[in-house]
Amino acid sequence: MKHYEVEILDAKTKDKLCFLDKVEPNATIGEIKSMFHKSHPQWYPARQSIRLDPKGKSLKDEDVLQHLPVGTTATFYFRDLGAQISWVTVFLTEYTGPLVLYLMFYFRVSFIYAPKYDFTTSKHWVVHLACMCHSFHFMKRLLETLFVHRFSHGTMPLRNIFKNCTYYWGFAAWMAYYVNHPLYTPPIYGEQQIRLALIIFLFCQIGNFSIHIALRNLRPPGSKTRKIPYPTKNPFTWIFLLVSCPNYTYELGAWFGFTLMTQCLPVAFFTLVGFIQMTVWAKGKHRSYLKEFRDYPPLRSPILPFIL
Amino acid sequence: HYEEAYGEARLKCPHVALKQHRKPGFFWWLVLAMAMMRFYIQKGTHKGLYRSIARTLKFFQTFALLEVGHCALGIVRTSVIVTGVQVCSRIFMVWFVTNSIRQIQNEESVILFLVVWTMTEITRYSYYTFNLLHHLPYFIKWARYNLFIVLYPLGVAGELLTIYAALPFVRRSGMYSMRLPNKYNVSFDYYYCLIVFMLSYIPLFPQLFFHMLRQRRRVLHGEVIVEKDD
Repeated sequence: MKHYEVEILDAKTKDKLCFLDKVEPNATIGEIKSMFHKSHPQWYPARQSIRLDPKGKSLKDEDVLQHLPVGTTATFYFRDLGAQISWVTVFLTEYTGPLVLYLMFYFRVSFIYAPKYDFTTSKHWVVHLACMCHSFHFMKRLLETLFVHRFSHGTMPLRNIFKNCTYYWGFAAWMAYYVNHPLYTPPIYGEQQIRLALIIFLFCQIGNFSIHIALRNLRPPGSKTRKIPYPTKNPFTWIFLLVSCPNYTYELGAWFGFTLMTQCLPVAFFTLVGFIQMTVWAKGKHRSYLKEFRDYPPLRSPILPFIL
Repeated sequence: HYEEAYGEARLKCPHVALKQHRKPGFFWWLVLAMAMMRFYIQKGTHKGLYRSIARTLKFFQTFALLEVGHCALGIVRTSVIVTGVQVCSRIFMVWFVTNSIRQIQNEESVILFLVVWTMTEITRYSYYTFNLLHHLPYFIKWARYNLFIVLYPLGVAGELLTIYAALPFVRRSGMYSMRLPNKYNVSFDYYYCLIVFMLSYIPLFPQLFFHMLRQRRRVLHGEVIVEKDD
C-alpha cells in the first residue's frame, strides 16, 4: 500500500507548519486534523480549516485523502478559525437568558419598575398568559437542544456567543419590560384577540415541534447525512409539500401569535427581525437543497408558501 | 458568502458617470463655504448664519447617501461601514438636532462643525476629482491626509457641544418622545436617545480616526499595512 506524505502550509504566509509522512491513503481529513493538532496543541481540530487552495473552500472532515485531487505528496493550506464553542453550549446559554430575564420582569424584581410596584403582580390576566407562553417557548427550545436536535457542525466561532446572547437577552428584556409594566395596556379587541392569538401560538408550537422531530428522524444518530424531508403521518408536517423550512414558518407564526396576544410594539419588532433572519437562513437552506438534490420538489418555497 | 457578494460588487462603473456626480458635490460645498463667508463678512456675526444656509445644507447632506452607495458598489475605495457611519451621524445632526431644535441654531458649536465639515468635504472632493483625472497635486493629497488630524477632533467637539446644548430644550419640550400608557405598549425618550448617541462617539470616533491614520501611513509613507481579514 502506497503511503502519502502530507505537508500543511499556512494559508496566509505559506510557511510550512507541519509535515506528516507515512499517511494512510484512506485517512480522512478529520484524522489529519488530529495529527496536526498533536504538533500544534493550541489548534484543536475544531478550529482548523484545511483546504486545497489558500483561498478555497474548507475540506470536510469526512473527505478521504486518496479521493482528493492531490499527488502522493499532498499540500494543504491551514487557516485558524479562531476559538470555537460548541453549538449546544451556545444554544443553552442564549435560551436560558430570555427565560430567566422575562421571569424577573414578570415578578417585578427590585430596581426595574418604581419601588411601589416591587414584587407585585399585573392585574391583567393576559400578562400571566403571556408569561406562561414565553416561558413555555424557551423551555421547549432548551429541551429540544438537549434531546431533539442533531447538529451537523459541532462548533461555531466563540464571538458568536456574545453576538447571539446580546440579541436574545437584549430583546427579551426589552419585550418583558413593557408587557409586565404596571402601565401595560391590554389588547384592543380584548378576549377575542387574546383567544385567537393563543390558538395561533399553540398551533405553531406543536407544528414547530413536529418539524423538529421529523428532521431528527431523517438523520440516524451520530451521522451527518442530508436527505430531503417529506410529509409524514403527522398533519403538522404536511406543510413540507409547500415549504422547505417549515420550522421557520411555524416559528414566525408563534411569534406573530405572541405579538397579537400582547399587542406590544417591541414584540412586533422582535418578530420582524426574526422573520428577516429566518428568511435569509431559509433561502440559503432552500438553495443548498436545490443544489444537492436534482429531484427536489419544485412546488416548495423557502419559508412562506408561494410567497417567499 | 460575504466575499462572493463583495467580489461581484466590484464592478467598474464608467468613470464618466462618477465624474458627473463628483462635480456637483464639490460645487455644493464650495457654494456653502462662500455663503457662510459672505454672511459673516456682511453681518459680522454668526447669529442667523445657520438659518441662511439651512435648506442647502439639508438638501445635499441627504444627497450624501449616494456616497454610501458608491462605496458599496466598489467605485470608491473607502469602506462602506466607515462612510455609512459618518453619513448617518451627519444626517442625524442636520435633521434631528439643528433642524428640529431652533434654540441651539445660533450656538458657536454649530458654526464649528459646519466649518469643519465644509473644509473636510472640499478637500475630500478635490482629492477624488483630481485623482479620477489622474492629475493629483501633492498639496491636495497632503491636505486630505493631514488636515483630518485637527479637523476630526474639532468636528466631533462641535457636534457633541451642540447636542449637549440641545439637551435641556429636548427635556423641557418632550419632543419626539412617547410615554406610557399607550396602546402600542412602548415608550421612547428622545433625551436619553441623544445621550446614548453622544456616548456612541466613545467607541466609534477612535475607530474612524485610527482608520484614517492607517490610510495616511499607507498613502503618504507607502507603508504596507496588513489588514486583519475575516
